[in-house]
Amino acid sequence: MRHETAAVVFQETIAENIKSLVLRVSFADEIVPGQFISLYSADKSRLLPRPISICQVNREAGTIRLVYRLAGAGTREFALLSPGDTVKVLGPLGNGFPVKDFTDKNVLLIGGGIGIPPLLQTAAELHKASFAVGYRSETYLYEDMQAIGDVYVSTEDGSLGTKGNVLDAIRENGLHPDAAFACGPKPMLRALSAWAENENIPLYISMEEHMACGIGACLACVCKTTEEDGHSHVKNARICKDGPVFLSKEVDLT
Amino acid sequence: MSAFTPKTEVKIAGVTLKNPVMTASGTFGSGMEYGEFFDLSKLGAVVTKGVADKPWPGNPTPRIAETPSGMLNAIGLQNPGIDVFISRDLPYLAQYDTKVIVNVCGHSEEEYLNVVRRLAETDADMLEINISCPNVKEGGIAFGTDPKAVERITRAVKREARQPVIMKLSPNVTDIRVMARAAEAGGADAVSLINTLTGMKIDIERRTFAIANRTGGLSGPAIRPVAVRMVYEASHAVSIPVIGMGGIMSGEDAVEFLMAGARAVSVGTAHFQDPLASLRVAEGIRAFLERKQIEDVNDIVGIVS
Repeated sequence: MRHETAAVVFQETIAENIKSLVLRVSFADEIVPGQFISLYSADKSRLLPRPISICQVNREAGTIRLVYRLAGAGTREFALLSPGDTVKVLGPLGNGFPVKDFTDKNVLLIGGGIGIPPLLQTAAELHKASFAVGYRSETYLYEDMQAIGDVYVSTEDGSLGTKGNVLDAIRENGLHPDAAFACGPKPMLRALSAWAENENIPLYISMEEHMACGIGACLACVCKTTEEDGHSHVKNARICKDGPVFLSKEVDLT
Repeated sequence: MSAFTPKTEVKIAGVTLKNPVMTASGTFGSGMEYGEFFDLSKLGAVVTKGVADKPWPGNPTPRIAETPSGMLNAIGLQNPGIDVFISRDLPYLAQYDTKVIVNVCGHSEEEYLNVVRRLAETDADMLEINISCPNVKEGGIAFGTDPKAVERITRAVKREARQPVIMKLSPNVTDIRVMARAAEAGGADAVSLINTLTGMKIDIERRTFAIANRTGGLSGPAIRPVAVRMVYEASHAVSIPVIGMGGIMSGEDAVEFLMAGARAVSVGTAHFQDPLASLRVAEGIRAFLERKQIEDVNDIVGIVS
C-alpha cells in the first residue's frame, strides 16, 4: 500500500460520462485484480478520497488504467486531468478476486454498469474467462473484453445482445461456469447470489459503499456478513479492508 | 542553520506527551491501519476509537457523506468490545513510545463503568469518556448535553478510574462553558472538545437522507472556527487542561487551538485526506515554533486572551 503522487499518462472519454484514465504508479506489479485505489481531490474542500477500481495493469510500463463514471464534483475534477498533471493516490487497496485459485477453471466474470472495469484485469489473469455484462444501452470496454474472451451482453433497451439484465443473458446463452466473479449494483449481486446457489458454484462479489479512510480504520464502509467479521466481531465487515471481494455466501445481501 | 530546538512536551494531568498532537477518537481505529504509514511513536498520544463493554454493531449504511470542507458521519460506534480491545489493540499500541488514551463509550452509566474498571487493569495512560457521540440513541450525547448528567457521570467514572480522566464534550449545547464546568466539578482531569456538530444532508436525486441514520456528526475544516471559539470559551471557564480539536489539517491550524487555550490538540478527519496528517501537524507545530523562535510550546498556550 503506497501513498504517492501519480503522473497522468493519458485520459479519454470512452462513453457518455465514462472516462478512461492511465496513471503511472510505483505499485503496478503488486496489484491483485479486483483491488482499487483512492484518488484524492486537488481541491481540498473535498476531503474524502474517491475509491476507483483498477481496470487494467501494465506491469512493464508501470501504469494502471482506471475507468470511472462521472458521478459528482470529485470525478468531474479528475476528468480534467491530462498528461503532465499529477494526482495523489493511495493503493493498492482491498483484497481483490481470488484469481490464483481459479486459474484453469471456467470462470464467468459478471459486470453491471460501472462494475465492469475491474473484470478486465481479472480476466487477463485467468486462462478460461468469459464475460456476461449488462448495460443500460451504450456499451463500453466491449472490444477490450472481446480481445480476452467470449462476451455475453445484455442491454435494458435490447439494443445489443439479450434484452434485459445479465441474468437473462446468462440463461439465454445456457452458461454453466465452474465459478463466477461479479461486480455491479446490489440488486444484481442479490439475484446472482441466488443463481450461484442454485448452480452450486462459488460466486465472489465485489461490494461497494461510501468510504472515508479506505484502509479499514474508520468503519464507514461496512457490509453485513453472515458470520462474525474478523475486526469488530459484529457481522459488519469492512469493505475497504476485508473486501471489497467476498464469497457471496458470506454477505447478507438482504 | 540555527541549533534552535523548541520544547514540544506538554503535560496533562501528570501525563507527559512528547508533543501536543493526538489522534481524534474514531478516525484512527486503534492505530493499526495508520501504523503502516508512519511511526506512531512520533505522536504525543494515540486516542483510540470508542470501546464499549460489549461489541457494538454500529449503524446501517450509508454511514458517511461528504459536505463542503467537511463530512457527516454516523458510524454508530461499531467496536469489538473491551475483551478484544484489551487482548488485541492495547498490545499493538504498547509497541510504540506514545501515550495511549482509550476512548470509552456506553449506553448507560453502568456500561461506561464496566469498561473503566477493565481498563484499570491495563497500561492505558488515560481515559477519554465519550459523552458526546451524536449518533447513538442512548448514552453519548444524551449524557453530554445535560450539565447535571455530565457532573454525575464524571464523578462516577472518577471513582472507578485508575487513570486520569478526560471528558469529551459535545458542541451541540447552548453554552460550552457550563458543560466544561460541570465536568470539572465532577472531578475531570481534563476536557476535550469539540465532538462533531449534528447535521443533516439530503440526497435530492434519491429524495432521501444521505446517511441512513438521517443525522450525522459534522467534522472537518468546516467546523474549525466553531471549535476554536469553544476551546477559547472552555479554557477560560475551567482550570483543568483543555484538549482542542475540530478540523485541524495543518500545524498552523493546531497553533490556533493552542493560542486559544488548548494544551494539546487532536487530528481526526484530516487523516482521510492524508494518512500522515497527524504527523504533519506535529511537524508543522515544531516548524512554527522554530520560525517564531519560541522556546517552548507551552508559551503559546492561551496566549490570545
